[in-house]
Amino acid sequence: MNTIEVNNKAEIFSTEIREEIDQWIAKYPADWKQSAVMAALRIVQDANGGWLTTELMNDVAAYLNMAPIAVYEVATFYSMYELKPVGKHKICICTNVSCMINNSDRVVDHLEDRLGIKLGQTTEDGRFTLKEVECLGACGGAPMMQIGKQYYENLTPEIIDSILEGLE
Amino acid sequence: MVNEVCLRTLDLDRPWLLEQYQSRGGYEMLTRILKEKTPPEEIIEEVKKSGLRGRGGAGFPTGLKWSFISRNAPGQKYVVCNSDEGEPGTFKDRDILRYNPHQLVEGMIIAAYAIGATQGYNYIRGEFWEPYERFEAALKEAREAGFLGENLLGSGFDFELHSHLGGGAYVCGEETALLESIEGKKGQPRFKPPFPAHFGLYGRPTIINNTESLASIPMILKEGGPWFADIGVKNSGGSKLFSISGNLNNPGVFEIPMGTPFSELLEMAGGVKGGRKLKAVIPGGSSAPVIPGEQMMDLTMDYDAIAGAGSMLGSGAVIVLDDTNCMVKVLERMSYFYHEESCGQCTPCREGTGWLYRVISRIENGQGRQEDLDLLNDVAARISGRTICALGDAAAGPVAGMLKHFRDEFQYHIDHKKCLVGAG
Repeated sequence: MNTIEVNNKAEIFSTEIREEIDQWIAKYPADWKQSAVMAALRIVQDANGGWLTTELMNDVAAYLNMAPIAVYEVATFYSMYELKPVGKHKICICTNVSCMINNSDRVVDHLEDRLGIKLGQTTEDGRFTLKEVECLGACGGAPMMQIGKQYYENLTPEIIDSILEGLE
Repeated sequence: MVNEVCLRTLDLDRPWLLEQYQSRGGYEMLTRILKEKTPPEEIIEEVKKSGLRGRGGAGFPTGLKWSFISRNAPGQKYVVCNSDEGEPGTFKDRDILRYNPHQLVEGMIIAAYAIGATQGYNYIRGEFWEPYERFEAALKEAREAGFLGENLLGSGFDFELHSHLGGGAYVCGEETALLESIEGKKGQPRFKPPFPAHFGLYGRPTIINNTESLASIPMILKEGGPWFADIGVKNSGGSKLFSISGNLNNPGVFEIPMGTPFSELLEMAGGVKGGRKLKAVIPGGSSAPVIPGEQMMDLTMDYDAIAGAGSMLGSGAVIVLDDTNCMVKVLERMSYFYHEESCGQCTPCREGTGWLYRVISRIENGQGRQEDLDLLNDVAARISGRTICALGDAAAGPVAGMLKHFRDEFQYHIDHKKCLVGAG
């Protein structure tokens, strides 16, 4: 497989991002830099407003001495990577069984009404994206959702309103 | 007899801190092993005696799994923890990571010592940011205290442990998919054999155990294998964390002895919400075939009792359904999940999960045909046992269970183009 030749890796990414990726590379055997690809994609995605461009994936490939196709495979396989722009706040709503039978439909309806978008869409001002997700492992607090790194459980329309009002 | 093993520090103020864990004897077992240079065979023997079976869902005996590794084989070996908790209904490992991360760390170090590994990884699902941070903080504390790194407590034994964050893929809970994922690839399961004990992470001998299994190790060794075994019942040693959710007053995680009557667990979870009637229970995560409520009330929570009722204890994820639920709708949602999460590698699973979802969906939406019920059974049977990993079986299992116990609801949907329960 073809890798992208880069003369100076210091030209890829900011110092801060490189340091963060390097911390992950250090966790794995020296000849298994590729193990850091999931972390690297997450780090560059976070720094790019929550989504990955082809250029960024190519940069990750170059930085980790991987073939670009191998990076695309990872980025398209895992659900947490976004290949299209998303809102500043990505709201991930679980609709799996435990949440469903605890009225996750009502959570979805309320968010769709309030934000004027459907699941899978982003508000025109670019602030919010609604995403349906599979079980997030917090079924005791059903219905639940995740925004950024935070879980929100036992949701009601009132609680959702107060959460959204508390976001920047 | 609650919270005796993995959740035994839950009553402490900030149980995730090293100092708090040590106030309850934390790391004493590891220290004793390192000081006395306990023979690894003795440790493995004790784990075998405990009757501990893999808590991730497969229920394979942990001690036996460890004994497959050739301890004296040259080269690197690995200990990997599976914290990719994703089976719908399961939320127990999240609590171990959040509230008792040090016991998991101690368990992993002991496991590494037992098989002669010097490197370990804990694969934590990517969405679990808070648990990941707790685990990372525990690693830092353990490293500073000399429990991780080189020459642990002057014993000559080295062990380093890191987290690996997932990216959102149910299939990575399958052990070989998880290894592929750590290697920086898409998480598609490998053919077995070879098993990870011979060809695991980076092609090296590897043991992979669930979070709860590994976190149970320090107490098993401290109190002895028989102590743990006696908490539970025959073939189901120990206590177990049950994640119980659904239509309940007080859903949550309860650590109770194996063999506890389901009725007692239901009571701990506050009973069915609104005093409604218990309709059905999915006893071991969404892959486990459903059991009617009345039958479930007579069962105990252990491997044999649940298997005897035609289902499985799985990860101990109990989903409780009251009588307002339409079982067609429940199965439709479950089928959507497996269709969504199939990795696409094996044709029967990739195509079959789509067929299952589409057929159940048309029944739910009033467009079912009479022949659909046989078609569902047929498709499910053609997936089962014909795929590399268990995801195909997991998708097929619930279909047979639902059609066996709640066929009338599916028939009503087909005949009347509407729901028997009235909710769907």
